[in-house]
Amino acid sequence: MLIMAKSDFLSGNEALAQGAYEEGLEVAASYPGTPATEILEYLSGFAQIDSQWSVNEKIAFEVALSSAIAGKRSLYASKHVGLNVAMDPLMTSSYTGINAGFIVVTCDDPGLHSSQNEQDNRLIARMAKIPLLEPASPSEAKAFVKEAFEISECFDTPVILRLTTRISHTKENIIIGRRKESGRKDFKINAAKYVMVPANAYKRHIELEKRLTRLKVYAESCPLNRIELKNKKIGFITSGISYLYVKEMYPDASCLKLGFTFPFPDGKARRFAKSVKELVVVEELEPFLEEQLAIAGIKCRSKHPSFRIGELKPEYIPYIVKGKKKPEEERNARRPVLCPGCPHRLVFATLKKLKVVVTGDIGCYTLGAAPPLSSLHTCLCMGSGITFFEGFRRTIKEKVVGLIGDSTFVHSGIPGLINLSYNQTKGLVIILDNATTAMTGAQPHPATGVTIKQEVTKKLILEDVCVACGADHVDVVDPYNIKGLEELIKKRLGEDALSVVIARHPCKLLKREKSAPTLYLEEKCKKCYLCMAIDCPALRKNDDGSISIDAELCAACRLCVSVCNPKALQRK
Amino acid sequence: MNEFKTINILFCGTGGQGVLKAAEICARAAMLEGFHVKKSEVHGMSQRGGSVESHLRFGRRVFSPLIPYGKADYLISFHEEEHRRLKKMLKPGGSDLTGYLEKACRAAKDKRYLNIFLLGVLSSYLSLKEKSWLKAIDNVFPAKISYENRRVFAQGRKEKL
Repeated sequence: MLIMAKSDFLSGNEALAQGAYEEGLEVAASYPGTPATEILEYLSGFAQIDSQWSVNEKIAFEVALSSAIAGKRSLYASKHVGLNVAMDPLMTSSYTGINAGFIVVTCDDPGLHSSQNEQDNRLIARMAKIPLLEPASPSEAKAFVKEAFEISECFDTPVILRLTTRISHTKENIIIGRRKESGRKDFKINAAKYVMVPANAYKRHIELEKRLTRLKVYAESCPLNRIELKNKKIGFITSGISYLYVKEMYPDASCLKLGFTFPFPDGKARRFAKSVKELVVVEELEPFLEEQLAIAGIKCRSKHPSFRIGELKPEYIPYIVKGKKKPEEERNARRPVLCPGCPHRLVFATLKKLKVVVTGDIGCYTLGAAPPLSSLHTCLCMGSGITFFEGFRRTIKEKVVGLIGDSTFVHSGIPGLINLSYNQTKGLVIILDNATTAMTGAQPHPATGVTIKQEVTKKLILEDVCVACGADHVDVVDPYNIKGLEELIKKRLGEDALSVVIARHPCKLLKREKSAPTLYLEEKCKKCYLCMAIDCPALRKNDDGSISIDAELCAACRLCVSVCNPKALQRK
Repeated sequence: MNEFKTINILFCGTGGQGVLKAAEICARAAMLEGFHVKKSEVHGMSQRGGSVESHLRFGRRVFSPLIPYGKADYLISFHEEEHRRLKKMLKPGGSDLTGYLEKACRAAKDKRYLNIFLLGVLSSYLSLKEKSWLKAIDNVFPAKISYENRRVFAQGRKEKL
C-alpha cells in the first residue's frame, strides 16, 4: 500500500527545526536574533524538546553543549553576530568534543537585512576547527541536520550548520517525518577530556588535529559533496544558496556542489577541476572556498572583490563568470520606523529636546537614529549602550545618556552597569523597558517572567538589579507621562550620581489599546511642522500644507499633542 | 506537468498591508496542486512600515528562491511607491496587476481584505483551480472570517479586464 507522505510549507528555519526534532533532539537553546529566531520558536512547540531562550548566546551555547556532553542530543542557534557572544565556549568546544550529538546553527545575514555587520561565519568554523555544513535550501537544511548529528557523534565534535537569510526565510514544500528517539549517551567522568587546563588541553589539541585529518578524508566521500557533470566548458564550485543561483542561470553547466565545506575536499575539487575547461567559484561574501582551493593549488577564476560585499542575486552570476565588478545596487527600500504609539518615540523626542549625546544599543530603538528623530548617536553591539556611555562620559564635555532596551540590558548590559559603578562613573542610563524582545517579534525574556513555552517563571525585577549593581538612583517612569519623563531626566542629568531611569510602557505589538485618535484643527495650525519631527507614521503632511491623521494608525500616545504649541492637535 | 514553466510572482507593499499573507495563500494553493513552491521574503521590518516584498515561484522544480531581475511574470503591488521601485522586475510582456489596486480599495471596504481581492484578480490569470485557492485561504485565516474572504475573493476573480 502506498502511503502518502505528509508535507508542509516550511521556512528554512522551521525545516531545520523539524529535522532536528525528527532526529531525536532533546535540548535547544538560543537568544532571539533575526534571521535565526524561528528555529527555537518552532522547537518550543515540541513537548519532547527542552527548549529555552537563554539570557544571551554564551549561556545558550554552554547550556546546549553541556547537555550534549552530559548525554542528550543538543542544538544551539543564533544569528551570525550572536555566535561572537558565544565565541569563548565555541573555541574550546572543539577541544573537549561532545558526547551526544551537538549542532551549532549560525544564520548569517549577507546584505545586512537586519544586522550590524555581514561577517561570514564560515571563517569561524575554520578558526574554531569545527566541521562546517552549508545547506542550499530549506529541504537541505532539514536533511543536513541528520548528517550533522551523525558526523558529530562519529567524530566526537560539534558541527556548525550555516544558513543565510535567504535560506532561513525561504519557504518550500517539506516532507514531514516521524521522530526517532536518539537515546541517551552515558556520561563518564573524564577530566583529561572535559577539564581544559593547559596540560589536558595540549593533549586534546593533538586529538583535535588528528580528528581534522580524519574529517578531511571523510569530506572526500561525504555524500553532501557531489560532482554534477554536464557541459564541460564551464565548471562551478559553489556552496549554500549560491548553488541555486548558479543552477538558475546556468542549468547546463557542470557543478561541484559542496555541502561539507570545512575541512575542504581537495581531492574531489582537483578531480572536478581536471574534468572542466574553465573553473569558476561562486560564493557569497568572503572568498572562503577560493582560499581553500588556493591552498590546495587549484587554479580558478576568482570573483571581483566587490562581490565580498552584500547579498548575491541570481542575475549577478554572469558578472562573476566574466570576472566583472558587481553592478551598482540601488538601496532605495522604504526604511522602517518606530510603530505609531511606540513608547520609545516619547523618550527620543525628550532626549532630542534636551540636546544630549546618546549612546545606543541594538533593538527597535536603534530606529531612533534616523532623521528626523536623529536622537541616537552610537550603536555597535549588544550591551554597548552602557559601555559606550562610559567612554563618552569620561571623554566629552557634552551631556551623555546611555540607552538600552530591557532584553538587551539582561543580555549584556548588567556587567556594563556594574563597571560604571565600580569605576566611579556618574551620569544617566535609561532602560527602555517595553516588556519584550520587540525587534525579533516579541519574545519573552527574564524580566517578563514568562518562558519560551509560555510558562510563568521567576520574574527578574530590573529596578532591584540596578540597585544591586550600584546605581545611586533608580526611577521608574511611564514615558506616556511626557512631562514627568522630561522633568525626571532633567533632574537626574543635573546630579553628580549614577542614575538609572527605567522608561516602562509595554510594546504596542503586545497590546493595542483602543483610544480615540487625536484631532487636528486646521484653523489653529501654524504650519510649523514640529509634529512632523517626531516621525509618527500616523501623521501625514498633505500637498496643501495641512496635516492629516490616519485614525487607524493613531495610537493616541499624545506626543504630537505635546509638541503642538498652537494646540491644533488635540485630545478628543 | 513536465512542460510547465516556472511561474514567477512578485508581491510588494509596505509593512502591515497583508503582502506576506497574500503570497502565503498563493503558495499554498500552488502546493495543493502538486507544484514545487519557493517563497522568499525578509522578516523583521514588516511591522514597522518598511518595504515588504515576497518572491513566489512555482513549477516542476524551482532553483533560486529569488526571482531573477526582469523575470517576474506578475507584479502585484499594494503601494504606489513600491510599484515604482519594483516594476523593473517585471519581464517584457509580464502582467502588472497593480492597476487593480484602486478598484480593490473601492471594493474592499475594510482595508484588511485588500489582499484577498487582489488574490482574486491574480487567480483569474493563473491556471490553479478555484477550490485550491479557497482551501488555501481557509488554511491561512481563521474560520470566522471565511465568509467575507470568499465573498471578496470571488469579487476580485470577476474583475479581470
